Amino acid sequence: MSKKTKLTLISIIACIGILFILNSTLGSYQLRILNLCGIYVILALSLNLINGFVGLFSLGHAGFMAIGAYTSALLTMPPEAKEMNFFLKPIVPWLANVQLSFPIALFMAGVLAAGAGVLIGAPVLRLKDDYLAIATLGFSEIIRVIFTNTQSITNGALGIKGLPYIGIFNKASEAIWWTWGVAIITIIFMALLINGSYGRAFKAIREDEIAAEAMGINLFKHKLMAFVIGSFFAGIGGALLGHLMGTIDPLMFRFLLTFNIVLIVVLGGIGSITGSVISAVIVTIAMEALRVLDGDMQIGSYIIKGIPGTRMVVFSALLMIVIIFYQRGIMGTNEFTWDWILKRQKKISEPLNKEKVS
Amino acid sequence: MAILKTDKITMKFGGLTAVSEFDMKIEKNEIIGLIGPNGAGKTTCFNMITGVYTPTEGKIYFEDKDITGEKTHEITKLGIARTFQNIRLFKELSVLDNVLIANHMRLGSNLFSSIIKTPDYRKKEKKIREKSLSLLRDVGLEDLKDEKSSSLPYGKQRRLEIARALATDPKLLILDEPAAGMNPQESNELMDFIRDIRDRFDLTIFLIEHHMQVVMGVCERIYVLDHGVKIADGTPNEIQNNEKVIEAYLGVD
Ligand SMILES: Nc1ncnc2c1ncn2[C@@H]1O[C@H](COP(=O)(O)OP(=O)(O)OP(=O)(O)O)[C@@H](O)[C@H]1O
Ligand SMILES: [Mg+2]
Repeated sequence: MSKKTKLTLISIIACIGILFILNSTLGSYQLRILNLCGIYVILALSLNLINGFVGLFSLGHAGFMAIGAYTSALLTMPPEAKEMNFFLKPIVPWLANVQLSFPIALFMAGVLAAGAGVLIGAPVLRLKDDYLAIATLGFSEIIRVIFTNTQSITNGALGIKGLPYIGIFNKASEAIWWTWGVAIITIIFMALLINGSYGRAFKAIREDEIAAEAMGINLFKHKLMAFVIGSFFAGIGGALLGHLMGTIDPLMFRFLLTFNIVLIVVLGGIGSITGSVISAVIVTIAMEALRVLDGDMQIGSYIIKGIPGTRMVVFSALLMIVIIFYQRGIMGTNEFTWDWILKRQKKISEPLNKEKVS
Repeated sequence: MAILKTDKITMKFGGLTAVSEFDMKIEKNEIIGLIGPNGAGKTTCFNMITGVYTPTEGKIYFEDKDITGEKTHEITKLGIARTFQNIRLFKELSVLDNVLIANHMRLGSNLFSSIIKTPDYRKKEKKIREKSLSLLRDVGLEDLKDEKSSSLPYGKQRRLEIARALATDPKLLILDEPAAGMNPQESNELMDFIRDIRDRFDLTIFLIEHHMQVVMGVCERIYVLDHGVKIADGTPNEIQNNEKVIEAYLGVD
């Protein structure tokens, strides 16, 4: 085993330890935020693969998430719960009685989202890049319209309530292992992908399409690959989000959701895995911390009436400041890698008198 | 058998005819030049050969196979590699990565094995790393392998582009103004280098160049374009004494 593999294993074990401690000490509200952090890590990484590493500009994430969330919800809910939800119009018979275990449903959520990725990507990725943003944005809105109107499958605008807890034992305390488990798997997956030959090809496309093609890289094939992988993880992230919230409806998957993820990616550094991870955690926590701004505030004996939405205004302002001063995000395209950390450490621990020799 | 043959290729951009009925033929292992004043249509010829543009009319044959209108990456796979007049490196990536990327096409591993890093994939990755480092050594850039490619000085960027093109294992290498921005000493080295790689990699080389010293020094035959039309072809000696060529270059109407 190489040193780096060992370090990776050790840090995974450390993560598990930390999660274990947090899971048994934090309150349910904090745990919910921690779960949300894990989910946003997955979502940010999946968007970063498409937008950051291949340099495509996709705005369809909410659509893929919606597909994932509904798939997993409908596949895991017990028949009675479905019957209660679908009181206006009964659910189609072929869905009424299916109930799969959580991991299978989660996987199916990814698969269906990836399928949608093929359907939308295959025609659009052949076109110039500008069309992709418009087409994917349109796609995610269309998904919402479809889900609002296919009442016997999605329960339309009423949404679905009472999604089972994340996990197989139907216990809230299990969620953290799934959200962060999948997040860690996603991080490792992306790191392995990006550091392989295909990852290099992706980056080449981002840097210069004409040169990449002249090096024999099939642009369409590689773009589609990245797009479908990104959609898959978006579907998984969407499913986890749905189960965490417990309730889903088409409105939840508006463009604002995609926008949030784009912000996380930009803030973390387009094309940086570690950047996306750090940024996802910071932004998720900050969004919650700023929630106080929406409520009433008391200064001395004054009470300032809260205006809902203030936190978004403040958040956007903070974001603009960050973008102005750190144009390339927290990490740029750089990464914290073991090589980088080991090198630093060596520099620090090296005796200072070395300079005198030369 | 000619390795590359064009049959009256014409390229029109709207009302502008950039190249008109251009005929040429290159035999295996030749070093051929393409010259002409600015805007003569040289780069456009290269772009047609490499599939960036599909000729409006005419046909292109590579090793007797009709490649007219084929996709660029397919043509690269058949064995034509190129460099660009306005250097097109993968700027943010390291010097070594630039060359590694050119090996991707012939790697023969699927996405999945590249992710889980199968023993077979590891073996191939090691092999392309060695090959890329050896190519970098050939162009004298091995020490700079971890530098960002855009941080290299101009002449070195040009050499890196050649190394990258060579990494695709081409049969025909086409170079668009390889000596541009090089000082006389570098151009001299370039001439030796071009001859050397031709022999070592069993290549055929087709190049556009404005530095007459380089063209005349290294090319065995030369084609001359002016306003998209071929006005002459022949040995360097013949070209230097050709009236039409002299006129075109001196701008006499
Ligand atoms: N994509 C394009 N669209 C429109 N016109 C083009 C295009 N590409 C080239 N041209 C035109 O075709 C003509 C030939 O251009 P080309 O680049 O082939 O010339 P060149 O011989 O390579 O010149 P230089 O020595 O300056 O590189 C020019 O008039 C140019 O403006
Ligand atoms: Mg040119």
